[in-house]
Amino acid sequence: MSGNMNLTLKVWRQKNDKTRGKFVTYQATNISPDMSFLEMLDVVNEELVRKGEDPIHFDHDCREGICGMCSLHINGRPHGPKQGTTTCQLHMRSFHDGQTIVIEPWRSAAFPVIKDLAVDRSAFDRIQQAGGYINVNTGGVPDANAIPIPKKVADEAFESATCIACGACVAACKNASAMLFVSAKISQYALLPQGQTERYSRAQAMVAQMDAEGFGSCTNTGACEAECPVGIKLTNIARMNREYFTAKIFKQEEPH
Amino acid sequence: MLDSKVPAGPLAEKWSKHKFNLKLVNPANKRKYTIIVVGTGLAGSSAAASLAELGYNVKAFCYQDSPRRAHSIAAQGGINAAKNYQNDGDSVFRLFYDTIKGGDYRAREANVYRLAEVSVNIIDQCVAQGVPFAREYGGLLDNRSFGGAQVSRTFYARGQTGQQLLLGAYSALNRQINKGTVKMYNRHEMLDLVTIDGHARGIITRNMVTGAIEAHEGHAVLLCTGGYGNVFYLSTNAMGCNVTAAWRAHKRGAFFANPCYTQIHPTCIPVTGDHQSKLTLMSESLRNDGRVWVPKTVELAQKLRKGEIKISDLKEEDRDYYLERKYPSFGNLVPRDVASRNAKEVVDEGRGVGASGIAVYLDFEDAIKRLGEDTVRAKYGNLFDMYYQITDENPYKQPMRIYPAVHYTMGGLWVDYNLMTTVPGLYALGECNFSDHGANRLGASALMQGLADGYFVIPYTIGDYLAGLGFDPVDRNHPEFEKTRKTVEDNVQRLLSLKGSKTVDDIHKKLGHIMWEYCGMARNEAGLIKAKGQIQELRREFWSDVTVLGENEEMNQSLEKAGRVADFLELGELMVDDALNRRESCGGHFREESQTEEGEAKRDDENFKYVAAWEYRGESQPEVLHKEPLEFENVKLTQRSYK
Ligand SMILES: Cc1cc2nc3c(=O)[nH]c(=O)nc-3n(C[C@H](O)[C@H](O)[C@H](O)COP(=O)(O)OP(=O)(O)OC[C@H]3O[C@@H](n4cnc5c(N)ncnc54)[C@H](O)[C@@H]3O)c2cc1C
Ligand code: SF4
Ligand code: FES
Repeated sequence: MSGNMNLTLKVWRQKNDKTRGKFVTYQATNISPDMSFLEMLDVVNEELVRKGEDPIHFDHDCREGICGMCSLHINGRPHGPKQGTTTCQLHMRSFHDGQTIVIEPWRSAAFPVIKDLAVDRSAFDRIQQAGGYINVNTGGVPDANAIPIPKKVADEAFESATCIACGACVAACKNASAMLFVSAKISQYALLPQGQTERYSRAQAMVAQMDAEGFGSCTNTGACEAECPVGIKLTNIARMNREYFTAKIFKQEEPH
Repeated sequence: MLDSKVPAGPLAEKWSKHKFNLKLVNPANKRKYTIIVVGTGLAGSSAAASLAELGYNVKAFCYQDSPRRAHSIAAQGGINAAKNYQNDGDSVFRLFYDTIKGGDYRAREANVYRLAEVSVNIIDQCVAQGVPFAREYGGLLDNRSFGGAQVSRTFYARGQTGQQLLLGAYSALNRQINKGTVKMYNRHEMLDLVTIDGHARGIITRNMVTGAIEAHEGHAVLLCTGGYGNVFYLSTNAMGCNVTAAWRAHKRGAFFANPCYTQIHPTCIPVTGDHQSKLTLMSESLRNDGRVWVPKTVELAQKLRKGEIKISDLKEEDRDYYLERKYPSFGNLVPRDVASRNAKEVVDEGRGVGASGIAVYLDFEDAIKRLGEDTVRAKYGNLFDMYYQITDENPYKQPMRIYPAVHYTMGGLWVDYNLMTTVPGLYALGECNFSDHGANRLGASALMQGLADGYFVIPYTIGDYLAGLGFDPVDRNHPEFEKTRKTVEDNVQRLLSLKGSKTVDDIHKKLGHIMWEYCGMARNEAGLIKAKGQIQELRREFWSDVTVLGENEEMNQSLEKAGRVADFLELGELMVDDALNRRESCGGHFREESQTEEGEAKRDDENFKYVAAWEYRGESQPEVLHKEPLEFENVKLTQRSYK
């Protein structure tokens, strides 16, 4: 087909977290601009399998930009050159014939490599487990319309709630800080009336877990916001800091 | 033989009476029971969290790296509930009625009524968890009409309803993980069910990072593993969606019901080439404002495809708004199966659009004129962006190209009113079971069903089974655990020994073509018989000529894929058998032999008003069909008409 491209890939290959990895060069030939980046990797993998070579391992699932499973550092940028997209929604028309593409996993001590480009992001789950919820049981809750919430507040909470937990913010940050991710959840609940009763203990518990996981601190460079595929804003971090320091000063509730 | 356990009494009282009659487990004794929950989508997360809150020990499993990534996350449009907040005449009975009718009278009345009844609690629960649903300026919840419903009962969170509902359930799950009442196993794939004396007592999983094949014991097992649409290779499902857990349970005695009922969604982005790995849904809500059309004649369509004329060259009279023309009262909002079949029809006539000719237009020009671009952007902005991203075409400037794609499977493991399969102690929830949508699912009803099953049904019904068990822990050393584990290990080794010339994807794509061609939007006897032979042949090809690389003791995506495709190759044949058996058209199952003079689906209630539940009888043995007759006491069966 006309318009199809030939590309050189330099891909990080690493058998597991105990062995050292290295870059391996592959040729991706006859790549249609309509392919997604992951479909391009599928094509390369099919050829590898036909040659009896282990395919390049990478995480992915929905391929719709919503599950947050895909990752990849592409030419030095999390989720590649295009702003506001995940790797699975990045299309090859963002590249040109003859280009060399360097593909690496997320680089962060808190995200150890499992194999090739797949990393372990379970630290994110543990932070959510520490306090990313409202303490309600199933049943026995009030009628949904008993709690009116101004549209503006609801919309703002939604903007924070939309984080897909991909980890690009951590990968983009020179300190490997997870502040954007953590602050998104804290903000969602801090904004909503349902989240008020535990807002301070929540902030304390989640921040404590974030520190325990070994994520770095925030020095306000804003790289996270620039690379976030769903547009989580830095204002969330400011809000989280407010919540956290208010909690510290007034010791409103103890973490549980 | 098949006992649906539907309680007696008037429809509206069945569930309350049943809840009262179910045995209870004393609160102090709940911790003596361990429940295994496989899957953490809406059904699994809500079940795991609710059961743990009650005091049970729960072990939960998912194949992704986090429970939050289950494919429920991708649902866009919304969730139904009979709240009647809009004062437009909705009620539990109306939601029940619409669901039964929409399912073309192939679902159980009692289950569907219960679903409609608990739907109202779901919204309350989600709001209490902090799910940020869309709201009106007054601060109350907003609703929209969805998928042709005549009332506005759909709750939504932008185009990301599934994400927000799942994150709500995930937060409830996290709270229990933190308390130590749920133990979560990420990146674990269930590969078999352990039964002892006919009862489900555990599962075998493969750790997808280390390859360890392990047994887990429990007093009951809940399969919440989603749908099997990926048997078609291309679908709107996530890449990892599979039938493995359900299929292996089927081979251990769980009947599989109505496997041929597949929903083909009318509005998806069309295929661009052989490299296509999945299909992206464009939410059905778009049909509220978009108009579906193709050129009036084959000649015009050809010219358009060749680029000899532009879309704007086609005047109103050159365009065929075929849904509006054929179904004046429902127009573009006819149910999914009708919209899909009509798209196929015009494409088969040669009037399709786009380079491949396998697409129709969904046009917003009128909506933009009527409402303004800003309003359209506020309503559909993220969908338009997604479309633009994938196709490089701007839907504000030119019509979207859409085509039907496999989306949802109404069939699944047979369950009774308690959601128990034919294996005692084994339950199936969410898309994994067959229970509530009959032969066709209405939009925004799957999210409702997953959460209904998990939050509000299983916490009651499971107690009835457990209360009869006694308090003994499950015997970990029972020989069945090691025996089943060994079977799984042998199967893995068998797959890894395959060193042929084809890739797993080669075979999967071929299977997809066969299913789409002969067991897709339209089916007929000759085609189905042909498909059966081709699938058998393909299965032989798989086991003799496929290649699976690497070893077990590592992350091995070749192996994962191979196991799933091996199961699809068996399921595919059962789907064909089921489609062959059902010589009527109903819902998503269109048998060309059974249509009205106008070419619409024609049911045969006299002969097919039943659930087809299939029993596995061993390798290469034909499966045995069991029929559960469907009784309709509260609705009158009519031929669906959307004219
Ligand atoms: C693109 C898209 C849009 C949709 N939009 C809507 C909508 O707007 N409204 C609506 O009502 N419905 C919608 N649906 C349908 C609805 O989203 C699904 O039917 C529903 O979410 C399924 O939920 P579930 O909990 O049953 O399964 P899933 O969410 O699919 O979860 C399955 C779980 O099982 C696990 N699993 C699977 N196999 C194994 C195994 N072998 N071992 C271990 N774990 C396993 C997975 O890890 C996952 O956790 C949509 C579906 C799609 C695909
Ligand atoms: S904040 Fe953005 S970049 Fe970070 S995890 Fe969430 S979605 Fe990904
Ligand atoms: S694969 Fe789900 S976001 Fe990319």
